[in-house]
Amino acid sequence: MNQPNNPTREYLAAPISKVGPLAWVKKNLFNTWYNSLLTILTLGALAYIVPPFFKWAFIESLWNSSSDACRDIEGACWSIVPQNIKFIILGFFPEGQEWRPILAMILLLALVIYSKERSRWTKLLAWMWPIGLIIMGTLMYGGVFGMPVVETDQWSGLPLTMMLSFFGMVMAYPLGVLLALGRQSKMPAIKTLSVVYIEMIRGVPLISLLFMSSIMFPLFLPDGMTINKVLRAQVAIIMFTAAYIAEVVRGGLQAMQRGQYEAADSLGLNYPQTMRLIILPQALKIVIPPTVGILLSAFKDTSLVVIIALYDVLKTTKVTLQNPHWTGYSTEAYLFLALLYFICCYAMSSYSRRLEKELHTGH
Amino acid sequence: MSNKLPPDIAQMPSKPPFWRDAEKRAIAFQVVALLVVAFVSYYLYSNTQANLERQSIATGFGFLDKEASFEIGESLIEYSAADTYLRALLVGALNTVKVSFIGITLMIILGTLIGVARLSSNWLISKLAASYIEVMQNIPVLLQLFFWYAIFYESFPPPRQALNPFDGLFLCNRGVIFGVPETHAAHAVMGWAFLAVLIGSVFLSRWAHKRQDLTGKAFPTLRITALAAIGVPLLIWLAYGAPTAMDVPALSGFNFRGGVTVSPEFSALLLGLVIYTSAFVAEIVRAGIQSVGKGQIEAAMAIGLKPGQRLHLVVLPQALRVIIPPLTSQMLNLLKNSSLAIAIGYADFVAVTNTMINQTGQAIEGVALIMLVFLFFSLSTSLFMNWYNKKMKLVER
Repeated sequence: MNQPNNPTREYLAAPISKVGPLAWVKKNLFNTWYNSLLTILTLGALAYIVPPFFKWAFIESLWNSSSDACRDIEGACWSIVPQNIKFIILGFFPEGQEWRPILAMILLLALVIYSKERSRWTKLLAWMWPIGLIIMGTLMYGGVFGMPVVETDQWSGLPLTMMLSFFGMVMAYPLGVLLALGRQSKMPAIKTLSVVYIEMIRGVPLISLLFMSSIMFPLFLPDGMTINKVLRAQVAIIMFTAAYIAEVVRGGLQAMQRGQYEAADSLGLNYPQTMRLIILPQALKIVIPPTVGILLSAFKDTSLVVIIALYDVLKTTKVTLQNPHWTGYSTEAYLFLALLYFICCYAMSSYSRRLEKELHTGH
Repeated sequence: MSNKLPPDIAQMPSKPPFWRDAEKRAIAFQVVALLVVAFVSYYLYSNTQANLERQSIATGFGFLDKEASFEIGESLIEYSAADTYLRALLVGALNTVKVSFIGITLMIILGTLIGVARLSSNWLISKLAASYIEVMQNIPVLLQLFFWYAIFYESFPPPRQALNPFDGLFLCNRGVIFGVPETHAAHAVMGWAFLAVLIGSVFLSRWAHKRQDLTGKAFPTLRITALAAIGVPLLIWLAYGAPTAMDVPALSGFNFRGGVTVSPEFSALLLGLVIYTSAFVAEIVRAGIQSVGKGQIEAAMAIGLKPGQRLHLVVLPQALRVIIPPLTSQMLNLLKNSSLAIAIGYADFVAVTNTMINQTGQAIEGVALIMLVFLFFSLSTSLFMNWYNKKMKLVER
């Protein structure tokens, strides 16, 4: 029992140069002479840019005023967003029926958020999706339960963007997987068809496919038959995205070792079984990051339908800016839209990172 | 010895029935697939023929010789509305090449800078680079184009009140106007001399490599080349009497005269494309540099290589191998996204073709031309990059 008993011992704090905020600053900002110089220059540049921006965006700005009030101020006129929010979000959806697309969007968001947890990926969910989509479609189109019919050319704004991107991603994925399998196939005809399709689509810009759907496709159909414009654009987006997905999935398939195929063969599995049970689950998992990159591109690229005069959320914003009361506030309106896109993309990419971690079964 | 099989095997059918024979099934499957494709193509083709006849639209590319009768805002070659469609398309294609070439060059420079900044030990720089990457990647490029275009048209003053951040540079809603040295005979000679030095450096480096292999003596090829590339044109400039006359833009009436004007459409397109794509390039560069293991650098230090040599001989060859394939696809992305020019009114190939389609109604030929031209651009870019990639790969033994 000889405990050290030294009441006069002093407990010194760690030296200030090693811990604490000062040490952090020295280590991360001023560790070498050129880093110090870089820090000072950057801070100088920030001091030059940030305060005027802050003043413009927050201090001298108006948030919900008439357009006339905006003419008298120096700062940002954020009012353009709340004053026109109905048109920016819903576009030309008929007066008095706005609750329908809003409800449909809420339903879609709710389903997406509910499906986030992997523990909820059950048979019930597999039923909920088609039923939910049918309800959304009914809400949008109407024609039953006393809801007047709203033709698809009146679908615009955010619901159109959401629809184009949702189906663009969901339908392109399986098509892309099929194309990737086709490209890996031993059958020369199937392989050639897949390769030609993938390389052709990847070599041309999405615009050319959208042009094809909007001005060339009507010539392909027999007299009197028409397919509506939104659907044509949707098909173009799906076809385009599928080719990119196919290339990403091919990367995953090529990373599979021969042993996996041989093991499946020796178990007596046939081709569909081998793919479904052995190869695809592994191959698709390792290509999650690039796949998400492609899906995000597809989401952002739906904005290109502006060029073939579909009224997605970017086009409704542009139309708002053509209103003589609100011309000249493009910066504010586009920044709002940028924020909207940023939030969606950021949410998707952080979800994919989580999914990747959850599905990781390696050691 | 007889060839006869044992009776129980002989009684079995010698081959499985055809629906269980993988080879025959494959053939049947392919025949069906080809038939479906052929049938659909025939169906669409016959519909198209019927439609074209009914709407009496001519087919074929004969219209290319007709007079275009529309003006094009900017052009690298001489063009007027009286020229043919073919020439108009050439103007468009050259404009596409112009914006893509300049865009790709700037994209690689900016992307590399930001990628390196992302890895900086300086917290502030690294975080700024990270937020640039995260923000710019997640905003659609078309929105960015609209944004920059709106800045030019709404926020910049008319020429009379043009912003003048420093001498010889003006920013206004007519575009960016800057001064250039007045054309002088010396410039052409300087340009050729510069090119000659570059070509000479290739031979110099070959010779230096050979000499190092034989004698072990290193030769400072890079330093000599850099010195010559700056020094030789400078000497020529001095020999011509050091002409310093500048072609400075000056306000005359409602517009500028002199200098070089870059249109707002081109500037907005270039800005949008470069800023969007360089965010992706920065991530690629970062991943490439991080892929070179620490041990490699330590090994290079251990055998006594200087910092420059470490970078040149050890880090870069390995990092580039990781960087080049995804970089190629970003280059192609920029090229393909340059077709968004049509949305802000820059006369690229797609915009010119679209005007042509609207005038002539030759939609099929027009869209086919767009696809062919872009396929050609894409394939030639990827052929070049594949060649470069192979060359870099040889570094690995």
